[in-house]
Amino acid sequence: MFRLEARTSTPAWFNLALPLVAIAVALVLCSGLIAVAGAGVIEAYGVMLSASLGDSYAITETLVRAAPMIFTGLAVAIAFRAKFWNIGAEGQLLAGAVASCLVGAIPMPGYLAMLLMAVVGAAAGALIALVPATLRVKFKVDDVVSSLLLNSVIYYALMALIEGPWKDTFSGYPISPPIEDSANFPVLIEGTRLHIGVVVALIAAPVCWFLIARTTLGFRIRVTGENPEAARYGGINVERVLLSTALLSGALAGLAGVGEVGGVHFQVMSDISPGYGYSGIVVAMLARLNPLGVVPAAIFLAAVMTGAEAMSRATGVPAFLSEVIQGTALLAMLVALLFTAYRIRRVGAPA
Amino acid sequence: MSAPLIQMRGITKSFGAVKANDSVDLSVAPGEILGLLGENGAGKTTLMNVLFGAYAPDAGEILIEGRPAAIHNSADALAAGIGMVHQHFHLAPRLTVLENLLIGIPGKFGRIDRAGGLARLNEIGRQHGLNLDPDLPVSALSVGEQQRLEIIKALFRGARLLILDEPTAVLAPTEVDGLFAALRSMAAQGLGIIFISHKLNEVRALTHRCVVLRHGKVAGRVDHPAETTSAQMAKLMCGHEIMPPIKEVSTPGAPVLTLDGVSTSGHGGTPLREVSLFVRAGEILGIAGVSGNGQRALADVISGMLSPSAGSMTIAGKAVAQFSPRELQALGLGRIPEDRMTTGLVTNLPLADSMVLPRIGTEAFSRKGLLDPAAIRAFAEAQIKAYDIRCPGPMTRAGALSGGNLQKALLARELAFDPKVLIVSQPTRGLDIGAARFIHEKFLAMRAKGCGIIVIGEDLEELLMLCDRIAVMYEGRVAGTLSSADATVARLGLLMTGAEGRA
Repeated sequence: MFRLEARTSTPAWFNLALPLVAIAVALVLCSGLIAVAGAGVIEAYGVMLSASLGDSYAITETLVRAAPMIFTGLAVAIAFRAKFWNIGAEGQLLAGAVASCLVGAIPMPGYLAMLLMAVVGAAAGALIALVPATLRVKFKVDDVVSSLLLNSVIYYALMALIEGPWKDTFSGYPISPPIEDSANFPVLIEGTRLHIGVVVALIAAPVCWFLIARTTLGFRIRVTGENPEAARYGGINVERVLLSTALLSGALAGLAGVGEVGGVHFQVMSDISPGYGYSGIVVAMLARLNPLGVVPAAIFLAAVMTGAEAMSRATGVPAFLSEVIQGTALLAMLVALLFTAYRIRRVGAPA
Repeated sequence: MSAPLIQMRGITKSFGAVKANDSVDLSVAPGEILGLLGENGAGKTTLMNVLFGAYAPDAGEILIEGRPAAIHNSADALAAGIGMVHQHFHLAPRLTVLENLLIGIPGKFGRIDRAGGLARLNEIGRQHGLNLDPDLPVSALSVGEQQRLEIIKALFRGARLLILDEPTAVLAPTEVDGLFAALRSMAAQGLGIIFISHKLNEVRALTHRCVVLRHGKVAGRVDHPAETTSAQMAKLMCGHEIMPPIKEVSTPGAPVLTLDGVSTSGHGGTPLREVSLFVRAGEILGIAGVSGNGQRALADVISGMLSPSAGSMTIAGKAVAQFSPRELQALGLGRIPEDRMTTGLVTNLPLADSMVLPRIGTEAFSRKGLLDPAAIRAFAEAQIKAYDIRCPGPMTRAGALSGGNLQKALLARELAFDPKVLIVSQPTRGLDIGAARFIHEKFLAMRAKGCGIIVIGEDLEELLMLCDRIAVMYEGRVAGTLSSADATVARLGLLMTGAEGRA
């Protein structure tokens, strides 16, 4: 018989090893599905790898996909550090996309437009995140539920907009009018979609790390998350920290939407986010809520997403596999996290 | 002597390199009260956790009535007739006394057997004089009554061996007498009892036999506790003699903290009603009282967690305008909370973080919103050294430290800033003799330096030893203040129960 026993300390290498083990477990578990779909497991994963990271173009595509998940991953990581359970990065991303698209459609000098798109998009995301945070601080409403449900509210509000008053008159589809060409984010490498927003995302990660690890706000966020009672006794205004965290988290998620509008789609449509907000939760958990870990975690998920499409074309395995891998990786990670606090011991009749 | 009810033989349990229990032998006979003594970290809790099935021992065996028993979890332990009353109660506050007793006890066809439970409760009440109103919700019970319920719960489940982990830490002196009477009655009827305590006079008064643990090993056995002195037992526990600290005569200066007609409202526990008191420089003021008589509100007001609804407070002659931790700290207040683990520290973060927490926004540890990691580290390292805080370093998870070391860390984080007034609650609760002695010495040293100290406590012996004056709280008021010359356990006890008029 086996049982779990509390650990007195957690080795440092666990932080790195756990996500890797979780990913490996997810890939092994999903290989069963690939086999059921009638493809060779090695071949399928091989196609996935080469299509996502095999050549420079593939790498740029993966990075373009990683960028929004870096932002949402950071949004979730910072929120979860304060134990503000922001499940609403998806809605905050959409709000950021809508707001930045509205601004980007106004004729003005390109650099000004881009700057304003970022500011307004971040503000929109922040404002949305403030809703569940305020409800929690003022009325003790569960933030998991309120932030999650708000996603649907925003999604259908967006649909109502692009099906109705905001529908692009020149196309028959339910999409918004495009932003000005001058507001399109500059492409860094000719012939690819690698836009400036990707660089901003890559810079945002160390900035967030610095904020959490080296500023008094970051200190207050960490302490509030770990022990609000001790924080309050230590003179920290816990409510204010939660609201600040929500603003920061929402702004980061909003920036994910800004990047998708300014750098990838140049307008808003119903499927502008294939669930980047929810993937952000997987990213943040794989990163163990460390902003620096968010980058490799987001790149991994992005590689699975781009790779899955190529694998689907080459082997006939449905591309939905990418979502199965994501979900399995999250579950594996959650189980793996158990082992930071517990170890398995054999008990029963000694040999 | 009858055959042992329970026997633990050669119990060994290691955590990593640390041997928490090293071939410990222990037995309890029916009708026997066994004292289990030892400093924190001596292995008492581990040993009891092994007995209760929470840990599997690396070696050794447990025999119940002479037969080897396999105890893998608390259900096995309960089935074997072992009941445990933990320091922290495991009760559902919104359920009634009877409902709490019936939790986990299957009735017929999924129905709860209320009548059967009630009969059993009355029977236990008759047998041992343990009475409680079965329909009262647990939230309405005093701490002492909750403890009584925990004992009844263990008996209700057929416990023949009862383990009590520091049961008197939460009780007033009169309640302790009641508990002891009940325990003696249970023993007289053939139950075995293991009594874990730091308070040597209690162990001497109650137990038939003692086992003393030190560093995981049995350091000694005392066959006649009543005839053994506390000093002898303390020596067994620590391995060396412990002398009480010397309180030097001091002349108090001007008041450094005053409360004038302070009342509170809208706060969980008992509110304060027109409390006026003061503490002078170089003086230790004790606040005694049965827990739940407004001590919590008093501590919260003085430490800036609660604004009074009426009245005023001054620190070092300045009126307090805003009741917030930062404001009061700036005026020269040092604060040590009642509950180290939940209010004082952040157990999951490095020790250094907890040590700078209350003053993180000040120039000492940050500039313009940016932390100064070098200063934080240096501060923590200096305090760890100065206070001999046993830990691998400032980046150790605070939760990994022992209670005594955590209390030292909390003391260090305040005393490093030379407070003019210090407010502490239950400063040595759960600490062993050595650690408590260290804390007492620090208080006396601060007193000699002219700091005014307010100690809120329930341990009257401790208050009498430390304090220059002792104020007694009763129902949110100060029932009376006695100077150390006039104060005795008896007089304080009378004030604590509201028997003596408003002095």
